[in-house]
Amino acid sequence: MDFIQNFPFFSIILSMFSGIVSSVLPVKAARRLNTFLIVAVGVMSGILLVYLTGTGEPFVYWMGHFPAPWGNEIRAGVLEAGMALFFCLIMFLSMLGGRRQLAEEVAENKQNLYYILVDLLLSSLLALVYTNDLFTAYVFVEINTISACGLIMVREIGRTFEAAIRYMIMSLLGSGLFLVSLCMLYDLTGHLLMSNIKESVAALAARGEYTVPLMTTIGLLCAGLAIKSALFPFHSWLPDAYGYSTVSSAAMLSSLVSKGYIFLLIKIFYRVIGFEIIAQSKIINVLFIFGLLGMIFGSTSAIQENDIRRMIAFSSVAQIGYIYMGFGLGTEAGMTASIFHMLSHAATKSLLFVAAVGLTDASKGRREFVELTGSAYRNKMAGIAFTVGSLSMVGMPMFSGFVSKLLFAEASIGHAHKMLPAVLVLALSTILNAIYFMKTVIRIYVPDYRSDCRTITIKKQKAYAFTLVCFILLNVALGMLSKPLEGWIHSGLAMFG
Amino acid sequence: MKKDSAFSRWFYGERDTLLDRVEMKPQTGHAPRAGEIRELMEERRLIREHIYDVEDNQKLKLFHRLYQVAAVVFCATLMLIMLVAVSWLPENGNPDNPVNNEVSARYIENGLQETGAVNIVTGMILDYRAFDTFGESNVLFISTVTVLILLHNKKKKETGAEDVAGGRANTAEKSRKSAGPAEKSGSIYEENLILQKIAGILVPIIVIFGVYVILNGHLSPGGGFSGGAIIGAGLILYQNAFGFEKTERFFTEKTYKWICFFALTFYCLAKSYSFFTGANHLESGIPLGKPGAILSSGLILPLNICVGLVVACTMYTFFAMFRKGDF
Amino acid sequence: MFGPNLFTNYGEAVSVILFVIGFSNLLLQKNLIKKIIGLNIMDTAVYLFLAEKGYIRDRVAPIVVDGIQEVEAYINPVPSGLVLTGIVVSVSVTAIMLSLTIRLYRRYHTLDLDEISMLLKKEGR
Repeated sequence: MDFIQNFPFFSIILSMFSGIVSSVLPVKAARRLNTFLIVAVGVMSGILLVYLTGTGEPFVYWMGHFPAPWGNEIRAGVLEAGMALFFCLIMFLSMLGGRRQLAEEVAENKQNLYYILVDLLLSSLLALVYTNDLFTAYVFVEINTISACGLIMVREIGRTFEAAIRYMIMSLLGSGLFLVSLCMLYDLTGHLLMSNIKESVAALAARGEYTVPLMTTIGLLCAGLAIKSALFPFHSWLPDAYGYSTVSSAAMLSSLVSKGYIFLLIKIFYRVIGFEIIAQSKIINVLFIFGLLGMIFGSTSAIQENDIRRMIAFSSVAQIGYIYMGFGLGTEAGMTASIFHMLSHAATKSLLFVAAVGLTDASKGRREFVELTGSAYRNKMAGIAFTVGSLSMVGMPMFSGFVSKLLFAEASIGHAHKMLPAVLVLALSTILNAIYFMKTVIRIYVPDYRSDCRTITIKKQKAYAFTLVCFILLNVALGMLSKPLEGWIHSGLAMFG
Repeated sequence: MKKDSAFSRWFYGERDTLLDRVEMKPQTGHAPRAGEIRELMEERRLIREHIYDVEDNQKLKLFHRLYQVAAVVFCATLMLIMLVAVSWLPENGNPDNPVNNEVSARYIENGLQETGAVNIVTGMILDYRAFDTFGESNVLFISTVTVLILLHNKKKKETGAEDVAGGRANTAEKSRKSAGPAEKSGSIYEENLILQKIAGILVPIIVIFGVYVILNGHLSPGGGFSGGAIIGAGLILYQNAFGFEKTERFFTEKTYKWICFFALTFYCLAKSYSFFTGANHLESGIPLGKPGAILSSGLILPLNICVGLVVACTMYTFFAMFRKGDF
Repeated sequence: MFGPNLFTNYGEAVSVILFVIGFSNLLLQKNLIKKIIGLNIMDTAVYLFLAEKGYIRDRVAPIVVDGIQEVEAYINPVPSGLVLTGIVVSVSVTAIMLSLTIRLYRRYHTLDLDEISMLLKKEGR
């Protein structure tokens, strides 16, 4: 066995260990350890990605001395390695971009606790990405939920407490459903490892046994994860949680936490239940309908919103609707589009959150649209970045949002029943997106040289400007390199099978 | 809205069946002055009307009613679906169910030889499926972190630790501080003679029993989590009887920090070693010992001790945070 | 619609009913403490479900006695392990919910989540 195959295990254990060590370190050391950790895990995932592209074969890794149905296992293919790399990249940039706000908004004695939360969040994301065991996934889903709750309420104001408790309630409903369906699945198959469950499920489906409980279980599993990732009717916690938490948290919550659950759902589709069974079931139709509703409802709520951060948060609801609509198509192309949209949305949404905080800082911390007039002149870098993010969200060519919209349209064309609603809602949602994002962009570029607001130049905040440049480059890269990325997603999905 | 039956009034939280029937000490912490409650209620009513326009807003009422109906329908459907699923599940208690396959067979048949633990469940969670259990310890750890973020207030800068929101929060702050002196001087602990005498006898027994449960985790029912919870309960009883001044002599924030750190670090390193050797097909070289002896079953005993320490400290920390916001 | 095993699986049926009771409490109650109680009912129902799944007629708990290691002697050990993990998770989550409730109560002097949202709107921040 090659030494590189240890890397997924190393990245998970290293991030957990850093969390434990951070509990006794002073703030500065904890921050350095956190940065080091994210970079190290990112480098390891990069090497792993190159290695796996070379070999073309996924591998399983025993967590202990016992083989498949008895011990825990993790498993890595190109899609997993690439996702880990991408998550590290976004996390690194979000932490860098929000560092100054973190120092202001989080109490001094609680900052190293914040870094513990981030370390453990990373470990749980990595474990969700790599795990080959459904119960391990449950445990790490809980770690993910708790650390996300911590990230929300670490800025101790009333709004964040309320948002955190609403988030916890929704998440716990989701994890309850996830756990009970996991138990039923265990009862039907007798296994907890994904590969073994898939074999048993295939055997059951072939024999036609236990069809009713199997379908119910799959439905509950999907419902649990959909609730946790804030699909349309379950999104009530989202605007406050994203809108009022400190900016690093908001960026990470919108781009990483919900994506972790969605990635787990994709994994369950392919590695636990089998894509054919899922594609034939009625469950995806439900996901499709709620995805469409979310696309429209999220956008209309965003239009009505008068607070820039909350507007971006409502836009997230719409984007998660897109992802579930892709699942709902039930085809390989739809899945590819959804996975690409996951990447594109993660990159763009964190960019928007980080840029929006620059704009509000240049307007005395106010977030209403009237106050933001002309803020792009006061903070030029943030203005440019926000414009890029908005254009990408609307679907301008060259940026990542365009490619994902194109992929969705391609996937839905030719589908027997779902083509018309999908394409119509896609068009409608794009128009709605354009309305609220362009409204904001125009607002921030309306000249209004108020003397009482301070101007923020790039020289003053080098790290912040650097972050924004990196985000813009990432966005353009996702938009320009869509062909290789598509190939990567296809080979990754093939490795799932 | 008419709610006439006693049950529905209880369900909506308007009637407290225990009111006037149990002996309760009035809460000393927050004592609002005479007119304050009336003022607060009036203010709340005004806010409610101002924001929601409760009297006239038929739309909002309709929405609330719709929401409730939808939620009830959702829950009823969920129950129906799950009952149908249960009715199709394999028969309860049947040895031929799919659950009883080669997985559990190997745990039972070879568990003793492969892990050295007489208690098969312990062997399973700390050796076969140890990664889950390590994740679970981390859940406990991270929940302590969040509770510390929420409730830990440093003694030095009590004012301004919590950003104050309006007059209401001010009174909350004050009331919390006014609860302080009685707690600090320990005066509330002087009268409880019966409690102190009995706790003096019980606490050592409870702690020793907890230690027994931890040390015999691989031989009999029990293990790190249950034993740790027992020790934590003993500590909480001790605190309740004798006050924080006594517990602070041996349990402070530093103790908690370092115990947790060392236990989890040992856990992490030991398990990493075992995962690494296992995955690379190396011999771990840890002797399993003679099954049934205390010093047996390889890493399971030290891991149980670590988990026990972490759980005991965590339980006590939860309590201390809820009680006082400090150790 | 109902399958053949509804009454044989009465333990599971009860646990599912309890689960939904807890679920609806968590969803519908306004009082935060009642919500937390609902959460605990929900979790406990899952443990009951798992315990029922591990049970096999006429067999004993999986602790090796007198060196007997036949499969026919013991119940399935896996659900017991899962329950153990689940309990720890539920303890942690309950602690977090309670401490959030404490903070909200200290600040707003109410346990009603809707009222808290109202007061927040009044604060306007």
